[in-house]
Amino acid sequence: MAKTVDAKHIISITVENKPGVLARISGLFSSRGFNIDSLAVGETEEPTLSRMTIVVKGDEATLEQIRKQLGKIIDVVKVQDFSGLDFVERDLALLKVNAPAAKRGEILQIVEVFRGKIVDVGQRHLMIELSGPEAKIEAMIALMQPYGIKEVARTGRIAMVRGVK
Amino acid sequence: MSKKSKTSKPVERGREPKTGSQILVDALIAEGAQVIFGIPGGALIDVFDALYDAPLRFILTRHEQGAAHAADGYARATGRVGVCMATSGPGATNLVTGIATANFDSVPIVAITGQVPTNLIGNDAFQEADITGICRPITKHSFLVKDVKELARVIKEAFYIASTGRPGPVLVDLPRDVSRAVCEGNPSSEISLRGYKPVYEGNIKQIRLAAKVINDASRPVIYAGGGVIISGASEQLRALAKKAHIPATTTLMALGAFPEDHPLSLGMLGMHGTAYANHAVMESDLIIAIGARFDDRITGKVDAFAPHAKILHIDIDPASISKNIRVDVPVVGDAKNILENLIPLVEPAEHKEWLKTIAKWKKDRPLTYSDTGLKPQYIVEQICEATKGEAIIATEVGQNQMWAAQFFTFTRPRSIITSGGLGTMGYGFPACIGAQVGCPDKIVFDIAGDGSIQMNIQELATAVNNQLPVNVAILNNGYLGMVRQWQELFFKKRYSHTTLTGSPDFSKVAQAYGAEGRLIEKKEDVRPALEEAVASPRTFVLDFHIDPEENVFPMVPAGEALDKMIDGLA
Repeated sequence: MAKTVDAKHIISITVENKPGVLARISGLFSSRGFNIDSLAVGETEEPTLSRMTIVVKGDEATLEQIRKQLGKIIDVVKVQDFSGLDFVERDLALLKVNAPAAKRGEILQIVEVFRGKIVDVGQRHLMIELSGPEAKIEAMIALMQPYGIKEVARTGRIAMVRGVK
Repeated sequence: MSKKSKTSKPVERGREPKTGSQILVDALIAEGAQVIFGIPGGALIDVFDALYDAPLRFILTRHEQGAAHAADGYARATGRVGVCMATSGPGATNLVTGIATANFDSVPIVAITGQVPTNLIGNDAFQEADITGICRPITKHSFLVKDVKELARVIKEAFYIASTGRPGPVLVDLPRDVSRAVCEGNPSSEISLRGYKPVYEGNIKQIRLAAKVINDASRPVIYAGGGVIISGASEQLRALAKKAHIPATTTLMALGAFPEDHPLSLGMLGMHGTAYANHAVMESDLIIAIGARFDDRITGKVDAFAPHAKILHIDIDPASISKNIRVDVPVVGDAKNILENLIPLVEPAEHKEWLKTIAKWKKDRPLTYSDTGLKPQYIVEQICEATKGEAIIATEVGQNQMWAAQFFTFTRPRSIITSGGLGTMGYGFPACIGAQVGCPDKIVFDIAGDGSIQMNIQELATAVNNQLPVNVAILNNGYLGMVRQWQELFFKKRYSHTTLTGSPDFSKVAQAYGAEGRLIEKKEDVRPALEEAVASPRTFVLDFHIDPEENVFPMVPAGEALDKMIDGLA
């Protein structure tokens, strides 16, 4: 097998919107030793179908196996690897940050620069909603670190290819 | 309700609302099922009531594992879908080894399990097990039927999925309230599977490329796997080999796909394959893999496999391509279909030099054994002769399996019934029962060991009760022989827990079950005992007390290259 570097890949899987499908997909990853970086599931424009967006790390041979093995699952309707395509990807994060009155102004400025939103305000904290590519969210988390992050909740990535087919 | 029925079409005669159990039975009959192997239980009691006067043969096994293996043996011997049935909880979990065995070897079976009523699912009810969850990695697909309206469609889909593409087991889990429910209306039973489209036609560009590499090769070898048998491509395989004089080796699963008495046959390859098959692979410049999956028992050390060869791979499962070995020319589709399109593009060739080299290997390193005492290899050869090579041979797993593979001359497809992938001891005997049920006119043998026969020996009752003339040849060496062999060769003869002391006299066990049983200790008694068993219409157990430390050779030690074979006689 030709050795290639492990890279992150986004795989979009269209599946039947039926009970047990998530277990079939996640079970395949664990039983075949593939690693999932993140996973996001939701309905599509067609209510009988769901879309799973999975971020995986692996070399080209591993990716090929993942695509093929996913394709064998009866409830999987379509598998698309976004590698080499022009696509938009987004993560969503909620951050609860210490925000005493003295620091509040600074924090609000940073949030504005990042085009985030304040979604909850308390006496001593703010909750920030931020969406964007992974790097942007990582940067925001790094900037908030000095103020004291109380909680972080992040979604898996979702992605969509640009343009109309 | 009444309003609804007025607007729908008038109920036809014979179309009274059916219960889930009746729908199940009718759907099984509609799919062509003739036999079910299984054991009843509480969660399935309504289904069994419907089976009581249904035109379906029911073979009551003595353990659910036996039912799953019998359905599998039936499927392998006949090519039809095997059906097994077990109740919820332990009944269902007892099927698991059988389902996994079928999954590994791509055998089409439909397993129907009872389940606790839907309102109790997840409540830790009596005899509850999440069997679709347990079986997720070992089934091609599974269904939990929660609405009786889905049942007819689910059964149709189950048979379709099991038998098409790369076949495999499908599980249908049926809660008790669904099997009791009355189905109002006339729900559609049309298959609706937008995510399942098996590919049968090979890409013509790839087929042309395949023909080119075959025409360019000077040392080609055909490596045929179980897919050739599943696809029914044995005739096409012979035609390809004959047209371009290409020698052919088969996997354990494909024994009989290419006749072993043909001059181009190399027999089996791999860990216990023939020396000449393994040498041919290692020296080849083109491996033509057909319906095979480059299992580690075939390749040996992957990095050293066929170092000079291009790899052409024909397989219906795209995931088998380049999984273990990088493939140069893949052709995805049905083997028979692809070969039919490929053969006209292949130019006739002689490959004289190559065949001469192979002939020399065949002469120098034949399959052989030292014929002193009572040898298992001799018994297998005698089984072959006594049945004119026409028997269906089931095997257990271990030494018995390898001796059967090496010393029976397989000449037709579907004549070996063996657990290749999972390697399930206890498989052979129930599987031979299934094979005999499916092929009542065939002579069926289970070649067993004294270890494996004890893993499903209770099925003697099934065989006797159903008056099945199956024959069991126990190659009894008092050991878990293959493990003992490894201990002898690689662990300084430290026979850790491989000695089977305390085994019963199997001929007497057979007799106690109402079968015939014979104990054979001398070489000259082998043939007469076999003749008697073959002629007898009764279940027959032959307990051969063989040379206890006989080994299976040649052998490629695990993880070594294919040409690093150990020979017993060297």
